[in-house]
Amino acid sequence: MNTSNADAGFAPAASADNAFNLSALRNEFPILTQRIHGSVPLVYLDNAATTQRPISVINATTDYLLHSHSNVHRGGHALATEATRLFELTRSRIQAFINAPYSEEIIYTRGTTEAVNLVASAWGDDNVKSGDEIIVSEMDHHAVIVPMQMLCQRKGATLRVLPVLDNGTLDLDALTELINNKTKLIAVNHVSNTLGTINDVKTICALARHRGITTFIDGAQAVAHLKVDVQDIDCDFYAFSAHKLYGPTGVGALYGRAEIMSAMSPYQGGGSMIASVSFEGTTYNDLPYRFEAGTQNIEGAVGLGAALEWFIGLDHNAIAKYEQTLLQRATEGLSAIKGLRIIGNAPDKIGIVSFVVDGIHASDIGVLCDEQGVALRIGHHCTMPLMKRFGVGSTARASTGVYTTLSEIDALIKSVGKAVRMLS
Amino acid sequence: MTSTDTIRKLVDEFAAIPDWEDRYAHIIALGRALPEYPEEHRMDKYKVSGCQSQVWLFAGEQGRAEAGAQGTVDGGTHGHKDDGSEVIHFEADSDAAIVKGLIAILMKIYNDRTPQEILGVSPDFIQQLGLDQHLTVNRTNGLASMMKQIHLYAIAYGRIDEERKRARELHRQ
Repeated sequence: MNTSNADAGFAPAASADNAFNLSALRNEFPILTQRIHGSVPLVYLDNAATTQRPISVINATTDYLLHSHSNVHRGGHALATEATRLFELTRSRIQAFINAPYSEEIIYTRGTTEAVNLVASAWGDDNVKSGDEIIVSEMDHHAVIVPMQMLCQRKGATLRVLPVLDNGTLDLDALTELINNKTKLIAVNHVSNTLGTINDVKTICALARHRGITTFIDGAQAVAHLKVDVQDIDCDFYAFSAHKLYGPTGVGALYGRAEIMSAMSPYQGGGSMIASVSFEGTTYNDLPYRFEAGTQNIEGAVGLGAALEWFIGLDHNAIAKYEQTLLQRATEGLSAIKGLRIIGNAPDKIGIVSFVVDGIHASDIGVLCDEQGVALRIGHHCTMPLMKRFGVGSTARASTGVYTTLSEIDALIKSVGKAVRMLS
Repeated sequence: MTSTDTIRKLVDEFAAIPDWEDRYAHIIALGRALPEYPEEHRMDKYKVSGCQSQVWLFAGEQGRAEAGAQGTVDGGTHGHKDDGSEVIHFEADSDAAIVKGLIAILMKIYNDRTPQEILGVSPDFIQQLGLDQHLTVNRTNGLASMMKQIHLYAIAYGRIDEERKRARELHRQ
């Protein structure tokens, strides 16, 4: 991503807003217009945890429930046919969205976490043996670290850690030293949920490909901020969740290269994932159904389909440019507060700012910002090893969405400044 | 002052501060006035789990046995008093200023009271003080865990007191 913001500068909110009609876009999110704690306007800056849903996504889910709800794939009736059409339409949209070669390579999951667990179990059990090594990064989410750690424990394999540099970027020089003949898998996030760092996953995957190592990219924080092309990245697996992409919670997708997934053992057994069942033995269904045991989150898939349709229709050049303006304003404004330190200063970042203030606990900042209407995330952000790396117990994190305005960033800076004054 | 009187006083105190900034300034000031936590008790076994910030809670005094982390009591080391209903003395601390202030409020209500008094406090005070958000909904700050822990200590010490009473009665017979 181009991070040069010199041209965006500190453009007044109005002119930058007009670039993609921000106020019209905000009108699609009724939840954002409310006042909280009685009277203060909500400033929602917890988008890295979950984004809000536009009215079109909410309506699509409601319409589905009102008119089309049925179980998919099996029913020989009109509702089942329509539900199946919508369910498979979303699969095709996901395929197009991340530029996967085949729709069969898209597996529905409950979210990124389940996708990691699926790969760690199904692929891991087939391909990892005692003495092998798996590489994760120091900035990975617990959702990546823990399933891989569990896989290593099951198999007697070793978990190796790709370190993070002081500025919050991955130490790619260390990666070449970490990789050896025992390395079976590299699992890293595309974008750090704590630091906002955009990782050079293309380079990582090229290194891995060259050595015959399988790659898993956690795209949870990337899909709503970057153009994702799994063929360009050249990864073997890529996962994301709908709820960080203006869609519903409890649904997400795993992309897996067909030649790898068609050789993988099933993850869970159940209905839909079989070809035929007898007590003598069971044969399994083809991709993608082999990995979709039981009834899926169908209305979730419909909501995700609507979210993708809505999201693809946005002016992403303007949004990306504005996001960098927001990031720059937040970085400069917060840095000016005495004792405040931003954790993660990578040159390529999405709209995430994690910070600590000398002598003040992040939870106190969170409480006092919330009283002023500003919704931040406080804690270790499911990245405890990363907290340890930076010598902090927790941080406060502000994260932007496509509806975030410059005046909201100003409200953030003002509220943090006030919190720090009250706590000093 | 009974816990009921203390709660009434606190409710009046907070009702007189309508502005949220002043209310938090008051909470923070209460925390700063909390007696210093003994460093020898700053141990993991006295940490209250489930907290975004670190919270320590220690219960005991010279006449009391030290209660374990889950409200069980190490037997045998406690002294005896004749009335059979001793007060529990708590020490508590947090590394977050607002949590520490909320702890100070809990200490005013619960500290140096008998197990019966502690268990008899109605949780209505949380709402009366406008602390719902901190003590019930947002469990991550550990205060709900801390209240639970205070109750567990009260239950454990209450049982010890009953055992002692029974032992004394047996002795008299």
